[in-house]
Amino acid sequence: MSLLRTVELRKRFGALNACDGVDFTVEKGEFLSLVGSNGAGKTTLVNLITAHLQPDSGRIVFEDRDITSMTVAARIKAGIARSFQLVNLFDGLSVFDNVALSIFAREGKTAKITALAANDGDVRREARDVLAEFGLAVKSKLPAGELAQGERKLLDVAVAYALRPKLLFLDEPTSGVSSAEKAQIMDTVSSVVRSGAVTAVVIEHDMDVVFRYSDRIVMMHEGAFLADGPPDEIRANEAVASILLGTPSPA
Amino acid sequence: MKTAAIALPRSPSRLWPYAGAAIGLVVLASVPEFLGLYQTQLLTYGLIMAIAALGFNLLLGYTGLLSFGHSAYFGLGAYTVAFLLQWFGIHSMELYILLGLPVAAIVSALFGYICVRHTRIFFGILTLALSQVLYSLALKFFWVTGGTDGLRVPRPTLLAGMIDFAGSGGFPRFIRSYYYYVLGIFVLSVAIMWVIVHSPFGKALQAIRDNETRARFLGLRIRRFRWAAFLLSGTFTALAGILWVPLNGLTTPDVLYWPFSGEIVFMSLLGGFRNFSGPIVGGIVFTFLKTYAVASTEYWQLLLGTVLVVLILLLPTGIVGALSRVAKRLWATKEIAT
Amino acid sequence: MSILLVQLLNSLFYASVLFLIAAGLSLIFGVMRIVNLAHGSLFAIGAYIGAWLVGRAVGFGVPVIWLLLVMPVAALAVALVGVVIEPLLLRPFYRRAEEYQLLVTFGLLLILEDLMRLVWGALPLTADAVMDTIPVVHIGGLVYPGYNILVIAIGIAAAVALWLLIYETKFGVLLRATSQDRRMASALGLNVGLVYVAAFAIGCFMAGLGGAIVVPSHAAVLGMGIEALVLAFVVVVVGGLGSLKGALVGALIVSFVRTAGIQFFPEVELAVLYLIAAVVLIARPTGLFGTA
Repeated sequence: MSLLRTVELRKRFGALNACDGVDFTVEKGEFLSLVGSNGAGKTTLVNLITAHLQPDSGRIVFEDRDITSMTVAARIKAGIARSFQLVNLFDGLSVFDNVALSIFAREGKTAKITALAANDGDVRREARDVLAEFGLAVKSKLPAGELAQGERKLLDVAVAYALRPKLLFLDEPTSGVSSAEKAQIMDTVSSVVRSGAVTAVVIEHDMDVVFRYSDRIVMMHEGAFLADGPPDEIRANEAVASILLGTPSPA
Repeated sequence: MKTAAIALPRSPSRLWPYAGAAIGLVVLASVPEFLGLYQTQLLTYGLIMAIAALGFNLLLGYTGLLSFGHSAYFGLGAYTVAFLLQWFGIHSMELYILLGLPVAAIVSALFGYICVRHTRIFFGILTLALSQVLYSLALKFFWVTGGTDGLRVPRPTLLAGMIDFAGSGGFPRFIRSYYYYVLGIFVLSVAIMWVIVHSPFGKALQAIRDNETRARFLGLRIRRFRWAAFLLSGTFTALAGILWVPLNGLTTPDVLYWPFSGEIVFMSLLGGFRNFSGPIVGGIVFTFLKTYAVASTEYWQLLLGTVLVVLILLLPTGIVGALSRVAKRLWATKEIAT
Repeated sequence: MSILLVQLLNSLFYASVLFLIAAGLSLIFGVMRIVNLAHGSLFAIGAYIGAWLVGRAVGFGVPVIWLLLVMPVAALAVALVGVVIEPLLLRPFYRRAEEYQLLVTFGLLLILEDLMRLVWGALPLTADAVMDTIPVVHIGGLVYPGYNILVIAIGIAAAVALWLLIYETKFGVLLRATSQDRRMASALGLNVGLVYVAAFAIGCFMAGLGGAIVVPSHAAVLGMGIEALVLAFVVVVVGGLGSLKGALVGALIVSFVRTAGIQFFPEVELAVLYLIAAVVLIARPTGLFGTA
């Protein structure tokens, strides 16, 4: 049984066919990269799976359950989480609180109004651990809005990771940072994700990053899959090469 | 590593709120001894407005919703007391509170349900419209509400009827006792609000304020949280109205009129709506400011309006915001010096 | 039958005034994304200036028919006030949070209300003389002020003029472009600042005109602006903020409901209006024609 399966997933935006009958499968434990030029449909696919968008037709099956009509909250409960390309954090809260809130939400504790958040030892411990894994522990007390861009991208992933999902979608986790930082970020992300046995799907433009960290690469083009396989196979693929050479991947 | 430059110094900034609160409490408790009857009465009003603003700011500062209709809840509290007196002959302050708060909670829940389906401008306009519904009802049903004349509310009894203020010397005794009574409730309210905003619920509210999308992608039910905040906010402000009317002796529709909602917003801004203590400071300072403005000139609205505009231009973070910025800078320079 | 006709005309009269105020509010919001809480006060200033000018003119023995010219003059005066206010008080806040903008206009409201008290005092200011400029009309057995019919005509003319301005002129294109995407418009070389001042001035003109045409019938009193603002809100909530058609339809609906309310349910007349606003907002969150 695949962890995730989409069946003939379709989404149009006017004349643009963002998702053209996509059959996408993700196996448990994979670290998968979703690549393709801008407008190929990668973010749309992720938006559909995470319920940010509703499909025109098709089904989404997660762990053999049809989740197509499930709300965002229900899908998160089922075990799907995501981070965002344009960093989406709670800038007014501290770094620590950003992660802690994720854990509170996961545990269903956000209705608690009669006790201080600071008093929940379990949550605090877990938040500290997550922050340590992501190398952000020392910045815990800072407001999230004051972090540097690279740290913000890491925090964005950490907040999604703290939901302890089974399937984690990362939308361009290294965009907007310097090349040196890219490797740092991906090192952290991939090691945390693998050690936590979380299946990850990463949308990424930087092919160096993609080849270095992925178990499997799926390439999209104009709403459909063009290629799907391990890095070596993709590297040798002619069609892929022409697309890649034709469109250089900006950071 | 660039930590030293970025991380905050090990300032005792975590202790300041508690130290400040303790000092503030001591000061407030000794007021009737040192200030005259008039000032004590004024400060009582100030504390009452602080409670109103505190409630209001749960919605603005912590949930990111600007309500221009909070006069509705204040007035609701005030008129409920008047009705309890008129229809059931109730004089007990405790009963006023115990019976008035649920009424306010129900109306807040209802109004909140209507309002939180919208955000930003429409939320504000809707809150204003709903408060005007109450205002016009108070005005039109004059045989129930006394119309523009309003309803009188004489001095209540405190502590389950144990203390009353009949007889000679009743007025100064009332002012002094009522001050401590209100102070007690004020401290309780501050403590409750403190727990609310520092609870997981409070953190969730702030998250929704900062980034609704992300909050949704943590599985939070946005509308439900906003509604809950609305309910709490309205009830708190209603408590202020309940405390206000026995002191004022009278409730009129003015207290439901929308410019009064504007004053509540003004108070929070004056103190700083991004800080917990901002509305408290703002409520007290505004009360004194308005009283002196009204006393010194016929054109006090002009004065207050100008103050408001200047305030927004120069001191957008309010009094507390500005003070804390100064404190941080002082502390930072101290670190550099050492 | 004639009573019904009179009520109809009254409703249309009221709707004309409401339309002018609401259209101004909506225009300003549509172009600048600002809700001007002082908009009602500008309406009141129009009423005061109108009444004051009429008083002066009558004092100078001006022929009665010329009194009608007071209306556009008063409206222009309010537009001038707007031209002063926008760059001074509003422009510093465009980049700031919406809350601050609302509060600044609230501060402006307080200032304007007291300025009116300062300049014109606390007693109502009337302009009855203008009512005599138009002869009365006979409806059935009833006598009806011809002036009211003029007001209705002005309301219709204003609606048409505004529609033409927005949809048929080059300036209207600028307005619509700026309202849809301010940054894009600026990138295309449009002087957004100028468009803003112009839009604000037009909105103020409308509000002032509303005040000037209503004052012969209803004297200028302190606090009229605050009341008017809430009604304008109800109109734009029902009709949709940012929509000209919405302001028109909203004004008509509110006006008819109010007239019917006064006739049949005088106690709850005002409350009914606000409840309608609430109901509309629940059913159609952006109003009937809203663009939000």
